[in-house]
Amino acid sequence: MSISTSFPAEIATSSTLNHWPEWFRKDQQEAWEIFQSLRQPKRTDEPWRFANLKAIDLSDFHAAVPVQDAASLITRSSAHTSLAAKLIFANEVLIHNDQAGLPAGVLLLPLEEAAKNHEELFRKSFMTSEVRLGSKKFAALHRAHLRSGAFVYVPQGVVIEKPIEIWHWVEGENTTIFPHTLIVLGEGASATVIDHFVSSREERSLAIAVNDLTLGTNAKLHYVGVQDWSDKATAFHINTTEVEKQAVSTALQMNLGGAYIRGESDSHLLGEESRSVMLSINPASGTREIDQRTFQDHFAPRATSDLLYHNALADSSRTIFAGLIKVEEAAHETDAYQKVRNLMLSDEAEANSMPGLEILADNVRCTHGATSGELNEDELFYMMARGIPPKQAAQLIVRGFFGTVLERLENEDLQAHLGEILDRKLNLNV
Amino acid sequence: MSAPSSSSLSIRDLHASIGDKPILKGLTLDIPKGEVHAIMGKNGAGKSTLAKIMAGHPDYTVTSGDVLLDGESILGIEPDVRARLGLFLAFQYPMEIPGVTIANFIRAALQARLPEGEELEATDYYAKLYSKMDALSVPRNFTSRSVNEGFSGGEKKRCEILQMAMLEPSYAVLDETDSGLDIDALKIVSAGVNALRGPNIGMLVITHYQRLLDYIVPDKVHVMSEGRIIHSGDKDLALKLEAEGYDWVEKEYSAGKSAV
Repeated sequence: MSISTSFPAEIATSSTLNHWPEWFRKDQQEAWEIFQSLRQPKRTDEPWRFANLKAIDLSDFHAAVPVQDAASLITRSSAHTSLAAKLIFANEVLIHNDQAGLPAGVLLLPLEEAAKNHEELFRKSFMTSEVRLGSKKFAALHRAHLRSGAFVYVPQGVVIEKPIEIWHWVEGENTTIFPHTLIVLGEGASATVIDHFVSSREERSLAIAVNDLTLGTNAKLHYVGVQDWSDKATAFHINTTEVEKQAVSTALQMNLGGAYIRGESDSHLLGEESRSVMLSINPASGTREIDQRTFQDHFAPRATSDLLYHNALADSSRTIFAGLIKVEEAAHETDAYQKVRNLMLSDEAEANSMPGLEILADNVRCTHGATSGELNEDELFYMMARGIPPKQAAQLIVRGFFGTVLERLENEDLQAHLGEILDRKLNLNV
Repeated sequence: MSAPSSSSLSIRDLHASIGDKPILKGLTLDIPKGEVHAIMGKNGAGKSTLAKIMAGHPDYTVTSGDVLLDGESILGIEPDVRARLGLFLAFQYPMEIPGVTIANFIRAALQARLPEGEELEATDYYAKLYSKMDALSVPRNFTSRSVNEGFSGGEKKRCEILQMAMLEPSYAVLDETDSGLDIDALKIVSAGVNALRGPNIGMLVITHYQRLLDYIVPDKVHVMSEGRIIHSGDKDLALKLEAEGYDWVEKEYSAGKSAV
């Protein structure tokens, strides 16, 4: 019952698929063929340099079945206290849908419903960009097996003050799910969306998650992925962001769980003076591996991209960062920044950083860099001189290290909320 | 040499070095609770080193002598334990801690003083924090700023005194708290320190300039040179040092030594 053998049969027979329109099912069949035609990545493939290819052997995983106790997962899906809407998916089935706080005109729908009833909108923004950072094969598998997901459409000029929260639960040993969040903001629209990725039990599982963020002119989006899978989980988180003129996307990925996490984040600065802020908070412990590949692709003049990734590595954890800034010919006066900081908390941990730059335009300002360092002894002494025990002092420093990333969010309520999540989860060996 | 009081911070014939280099060479000093003592001395006399050694900085090795807090030796005890026993060091160069807010920092320090399982009461904590901040003219929005990050010299020193006010130590060592301060900041900081004076605290003020002692008037003034106290007197000694420099003290000390 592995992915390579049984999945296509399940596509054909699964009753949940009947909700998708015929044209999409054809798409899925094509995607399945693409998945099969593409070979597994090799270590000599540039996008998989340093990667642990054993971790992406998917042969033991199988399709999801509905969860046993949806009610308890609904109870456990509790984070932010003041929301505009909440959707909860468990093993890809929508089990909760509360959107009482949404302004008129906003569409918050299961993806299959959006495909059926808003086909044009859906087609325009659903996985339209090529997956360029290595996981094309796995994105094809995602497309082939997608059963549901969240579709968020905020029409022109509509501002949603409170966050929309979306939960993606996985349950069952070796279960596979394909979470998807598709966000489309019309001109001048504004929204905050928080995706929570969680395991109901401490089980081995596979998630291939995709999010597409599409921002119209002058739109403003805060997107946060709170990845908190079980410590045995394998997960792909594949992002594409498209930012039109003067729009501002701020996207943060927090990797709090998982055994093996592959993150790919591809930002397209399409419009003049558009801005994409790409953030990531990565506490790595045990034998966790976090492998992140990023692309800041500037197509238009006077746009800004600003990437800040903070990794704290304890025990024998491992991180990989490979990022490229590309300034296309037309993208004059680009501002592009890329900064990765590795805080090494253990001699056994390993951080690999590969920043990159390709500039085809004139008059641009680009900086990129990666640093690695240990806990600062003087900071530790200062805190101990205040009576704080060394372990707590070190944890405060690590918390502060991540706090400087949260400070980049231009939303204090969101900062405080995510800070609390970090406070609860952060328990590294320091 | 008098016996150390059980209610004092007492440094007995302390010798300490960094690497192979001796820095303290038999320093003896007794600061009873309720008193403010000042140490003055030239650059390189070992003043700041003394402060760090008392706080337990790992770079320094005590080779002989003792430091007693209310009669109990604190040598060999970790810096955080010393602090919880009631010793406070206001740093000459306070560290910046990115991403850690002042509120969370002081809260962690207070929490560490509570018995295990007991939680600091948030409302009381903030009420106290705000009242101390107001007294030190520290804007309330500083609570959410990262510790010392981007602070001016004056803000850093006020923040040190704020921490001292919140932690209520039995003994405080103020290391060059006046350095980098303009006169207005110096007045605010001094007023903050003076507000904390009283029978339950002993203070050691380390300074380079007599100016600070116009505002924090000490009970005793000690002159430090080459790792020792070479002369002690009342507050007027500071004025004399300001007017006449240190040479006469050093000469007197050398003469006294050769007479012995």
